[in-house]
Amino acid sequence: MAVRLKDLTKIEDKLVAGHGMCLGCGIPLIFKVILRATEDPIIAANATGCLEVCTTIYPRTAWNMNWIHSAFENAASTIAGVEAMYKSLKKKGQIPADKKIKFMAMGGDGGTYDIGLQALSGAVERGHNFVYVCYDNNVYANTGGQRSSATPLGASATTDPAGAKSAGKIQGRKDLTKIMAAHNIPYAAQASPARWLDLYNKAEKAFKADGPAFLNVMCICPTEWKYESSMGIRLAQMALDACVWPLYEVEKGKYKINFKPKEKKPVLEWLKPQGRFRHLFKEGNAWMLEAIQKDVDKEWDELLKMEAPASK
Amino acid sequence: MKKLKVDPKGVLTGAHYLDGDFAIAEGALAAGCRFFAGYPITPSTETAERFAERIPFVGGIFIQMEDEIASVTALIGASWAGKKAMTVTSGPGFSLMMENIGLAAMMETPIVIANVQRGGPSTGLPTLVGQQDMMQVRWGSHGDYKIIALSPDSPQECFDLTIQAFNLSETYRVPTFIMTDECVGHMHEKVVIPPADKIEVVERKWYEGPKEKYLPYKPDKDMIPFMVKAGDGYRFHTTGLTHDERGYPVINAECQDWVVRHLNDKITKNAEKIIKYEEEQTDNAEVVVVSYGITSRVAYRAVQLARKAGIKVGTLRLITVWPFPEKRIKELAKKVKAFVVPEINYGQMVLEVERAAAGKAPAILVPHCGGWVHNPEDILKAIKEAAK
Repeated sequence: MAVRLKDLTKIEDKLVAGHGMCLGCGIPLIFKVILRATEDPIIAANATGCLEVCTTIYPRTAWNMNWIHSAFENAASTIAGVEAMYKSLKKKGQIPADKKIKFMAMGGDGGTYDIGLQALSGAVERGHNFVYVCYDNNVYANTGGQRSSATPLGASATTDPAGAKSAGKIQGRKDLTKIMAAHNIPYAAQASPARWLDLYNKAEKAFKADGPAFLNVMCICPTEWKYESSMGIRLAQMALDACVWPLYEVEKGKYKINFKPKEKKPVLEWLKPQGRFRHLFKEGNAWMLEAIQKDVDKEWDELLKMEAPASK
Repeated sequence: MKKLKVDPKGVLTGAHYLDGDFAIAEGALAAGCRFFAGYPITPSTETAERFAERIPFVGGIFIQMEDEIASVTALIGASWAGKKAMTVTSGPGFSLMMENIGLAAMMETPIVIANVQRGGPSTGLPTLVGQQDMMQVRWGSHGDYKIIALSPDSPQECFDLTIQAFNLSETYRVPTFIMTDECVGHMHEKVVIPPADKIEVVERKWYEGPKEKYLPYKPDKDMIPFMVKAGDGYRFHTTGLTHDERGYPVINAECQDWVVRHLNDKITKNAEKIIKYEEEQTDNAEVVVVSYGITSRVAYRAVQLARKAGIKVGTLRLITVWPFPEKRIKELAKKVKAFVVPEINYGQMVLEVERAAAGKAPAILVPHCGGWVHNPEDILKAIKEAAK
């Protein structure tokens, strides 16, 4: 790809300055890249969540495009309605046949993995031509740090607090990207703000896909992960190096891993800087550290096996 | 009604400085609630968080569900397993719960739901006050049924009324609601939690007769059928379909008549036992201010000012909102010039006051669309108007 970061800065921003995100939040980084990956006009539906709240409440309204806030559980249904109507109007000739519009829905892990999963599954099964972007920060950050089904094993959350009787969340993360890929949609991928070019390429493929596309982007969250906000991108890279958040894409059913660390780092390096895992380093919780490493290894090994042979 | 011994592990006896949300969690634990299924939503999340933190030390289950639909349904399951169960929510979550609130009513399942109200409709004002779900709680699910709803005006009452809500829910086998609001939910005040042996908690009416004779929907003398616990060896069949005493679906007009009358009558005919309100200086009042929740505290300032101005004002604070104390309003309507009803909505409970007053005295609404409480001056203006 001939895309350079310098070139991207020349494209007009659709999510502009003035929003109210936390210092070091991953959301604007992610969406500023994704929204530049198409030149067509975009209309988006946004589920309730940090992205919606922090970019909209006047005077922090930061959207330079058509944008609908639906409720918490139904961004995918909302955009499905818009897209279906667009097709109908095009058929009737009320929208010129060569007019290209991109449809997009976005939500956090709460609005996507949990409450919005039914709507998302329905919309992609029906084959609406839209891109769904989940910014997955592993937690309900908008309401102050409750666990979600994306919260990783061992993390502490306000509704799953670590303490005298708990070493953090005892369930692993729901593997949403694979669930979406299992809908046999044209394109599903995992991305990270640590690799902007990879993210850009994936967004471009998603917008170009003929049918529903799904992007699951790890979103760094200094507020709820509890780390020094300046180290966010380094932390996101650590997740890649430790294979905690593998970068991969599933194109027409074929798995391709986009980043393989030369030397796989121990998961400890990823856990240590984050306050939400602090309890794991206390006496008696070493078993959880082992369980996390085992879980990460298993997922990575499975992914390697699923990857389509490069030659084919 | 059998009194239950309170499990002291759930009771944090002493004086505390708590907000209303936390007080609801403590009230539930004191009442013996050991099952909480919930979903985060402002301004109610603190109750769930408190529960999640306390439950490992008290013993019981806290589950965060994938949405509010699942939360209510999990309560129904836990309740049929014999547990006292609760959840907490606010506007949008409350709307999602509606189908299964109807299911709980139809299945005559005791569950408790607290709604810390915020401004609506839709996402509305997530962090700011409203009292706009007062009719929704009564009429929100489809079909004819009745529920019980209480409205606390302080963190202390959040504690007390949560215990009450469990007692009523268990007694009448009906979904019972704590209709509080963002102001009371987030207000910190002194909350006194009594010793465990001073707390009155009601035990569910368990069936102990022969197994083959158990009928989950056969009304007892007090109209309330007995319950059994799943896993205790009794067989039960329960459903959201119109059903007979056995709980088996019978889809005809006769059975529908029997079920619907029962769901309504068990509350209506016990209404006088259920209803609680607080009255002050209504004896010779020209005007009675009817209010509830945070608004009753704001209205009190207006009442003081009106009394200073020489107007005879009484107050009636609704503690039980549903069933509505229509008998008392009817009596007062014969004596007063008018009612003044301030509420943080565009006119909801005022319709009930109007209905009960039946034209004998007008009900003057002082609406506030939410986001903040009334200015007492606006209520005072209405009182002066009413006294003319």
